[in-house]
Amino acid sequence: MKKFTVETGIAAPMDRANVDTDMIIPKQFLKSIKRTGFGPNLFDELRYTDEGVPGKDCSSRPLNKEFPLNFARYQGATVLLARENFGCGSSREHAPWALDDYGFRAVIAPSYADIFYNNCFKNGLLPIVLSDEIVDQLFTEMYAQEGYQLTVDLEQQQVRTPSGEAFGFEVEGFRKHCLLNGLDDIGVTLQDAEAIKAFETKWQQQSPWLFAKS
Amino acid sequence: MSASTSAKTLYDKLWDSHLVKQRDDGSALIYIDRQLVHEVTSPQAFEGLRLAGRPLWRVDANLATPDHNVPSDVSERAGGIAGIVDEISRIQVQTLDDNCESFGVTEFKINDVRQGIVHVVGPEQGATLPGMTVVCGDSHTATHGALGALAHGIGTSEVEHVMATQCLVQKKMKNMLVKVDGKLGFGVTPKDVVLAVIGKIGTAGGNGHAIEFGGEVFRDMSIEGRMTVCNMAIEAGARVGMVAVDDKTIEYVKGRPFAPKAEQWDAAVAQWRTLHSDDGAHFDTVVELHADDIIPQVTWGTSPEMVVAVNKTVPAPSDFNEPVKQSATKRALEYMGLTAGMAITDIQLDKVFIGSCTNSRIEDLRAAAAVVKGRKKAANVIQALVVPGSGLVKKQAEEEGLDKIFIEAGLEWRDPSCSMCLAMNSDKLGAGEHCASTSNRNFEGRQGFGGRTHLVSPEMAAAAAIAGHFVDVREMMSAEA
Repeated sequence: MKKFTVETGIAAPMDRANVDTDMIIPKQFLKSIKRTGFGPNLFDELRYTDEGVPGKDCSSRPLNKEFPLNFARYQGATVLLARENFGCGSSREHAPWALDDYGFRAVIAPSYADIFYNNCFKNGLLPIVLSDEIVDQLFTEMYAQEGYQLTVDLEQQQVRTPSGEAFGFEVEGFRKHCLLNGLDDIGVTLQDAEAIKAFETKWQQQSPWLFAKS
Repeated sequence: MSASTSAKTLYDKLWDSHLVKQRDDGSALIYIDRQLVHEVTSPQAFEGLRLAGRPLWRVDANLATPDHNVPSDVSERAGGIAGIVDEISRIQVQTLDDNCESFGVTEFKINDVRQGIVHVVGPEQGATLPGMTVVCGDSHTATHGALGALAHGIGTSEVEHVMATQCLVQKKMKNMLVKVDGKLGFGVTPKDVVLAVIGKIGTAGGNGHAIEFGGEVFRDMSIEGRMTVCNMAIEAGARVGMVAVDDKTIEYVKGRPFAPKAEQWDAAVAQWRTLHSDDGAHFDTVVELHADDIIPQVTWGTSPEMVVAVNKTVPAPSDFNEPVKQSATKRALEYMGLTAGMAITDIQLDKVFIGSCTNSRIEDLRAAAAVVKGRKKAANVIQALVVPGSGLVKKQAEEEGLDKIFIEAGLEWRDPSCSMCLAMNSDKLGAGEHCASTSNRNFEGRQGFGGRTHLVSPEMAAAAAIAGHFVDVREMMSAEA
């Protein structure tokens, strides 16, 4: 998993409440054999005016010019500003996969659906909870200033604005540890790599036929 | 009788010998000796490794073969991967090839004679051995427990975890003993035994448990028969099923390609001889059946626990006390198009499927062939597939002339794949069709949208193909004798 320490990048809006996982990545894209490549279909039904079909090249599809992510000023955004209950609906891990594949590293919202919130941490994406008032303030500043960038500092647990204003956020200690160090479940197990190797050496002595090449 | 604290069950022994680390939260790291890989549950796992830049912890612990998506149709199969008509299937099989190539994993490819259903291939190759821990991204991995191995079905994220760490994070399960004593009667098979067990304890009966199958019936059973039984442990809710090692196990393993070589054989056998539950070992749950009470079984509903003996009738919702079971029965009868009280032998069949990781080994095919030999498929059975579990099973069967027996009887002789067990290739039931199937799941839509599955033994499926409806195979066979 990618490490998350400090991220400074353009903020983009998803300015509506209860954005569900079907909206984030529609079901027809779940047939894929991969967990990458979902970025072009992120928010597919909002982003394009035609129907999204798996395998279709998105570069020539008609864009919905009203949808902010299609605006020139938000290209290259890495921080998504969102509203309450972001990521509700199904448990599909494709939702954080799609956000990550698009290029987002962090989401800032007043609240999240539980499963989505958990899935983000497994995939190197940082979901930050800030109060309604602060999120409102960030939306206002972002709309007012083209090229508005936010800095997300996980170590300090702060979101900093271009004017230098800083807002603290909470994150569970173990999750912070895993993100800072880029540790997913596999990463956590690999912290015991020495124990695994020691076991393997002993086991190979006891049962060498399990290690023989056919 | 109090259990001795030092006496261990087979599961305890396998767990203890593979315990890398006990964690404070009650979970543990268990070392995995063998991972079997197929095309459906591995692509995202390989992709995850690639994204994270992680290698396989131990490349030679993995063995791959495509099975779910490969066509059983001999002419479609002849074209190899390029010949697979369904695009999504073709891409999955090709992706397995590509991943095995780039990670260096040994793969038995689509038209390699060693290719087959992963749970047939593992034991056949000696790639699963007594005393091993075995995993696969497939719930029927318990099959390998028949050799005295600890075998778990796992999910895709766990597949990736094992690939990267050679360990599985597990909490220890409870011990369950399913004990069947006595002698099975003529025409009563391992499939009937395991269906009877599931009928008794239900599909959630083994939840949270590792099941050991013990008693005279399993001691008398062949290794392939034990595989049929362990295969369906998951249908009783248990991720793990197993049988103690005995002379038959050791005889079965000897000489297989991945089995220990000469200089290591004796040491291996000495270790394997310890793989049984000790006298006085503690089981949290014990279930007992007697062989005399088991006759050929047929499922009538949409869950493997909805099963009765062939000489019985389809039950009514009112036969059950719990409201949940009453409504499940009502729903199942509607889906299956059956009437409460009708004789099982009055169920007319449209298709027959002999195959799957439950019943596609050489003994299964011999048993089915013995029933259809010299007989003809009933006219109302529009299709009867025989799908061997591996290329080597197919070859062996052809050397014994079984293919000719099936073909002469009007059955179709196919190439190895999972086929109609789960209808991921083009072998499917049409809506409303009834199928006598030797597979393991009779869920709604499992064998095709609207399809109606009846789980039976190979002998019973073969007899049904001949009669066009269910019959007690014992009567068909004894009438001839």
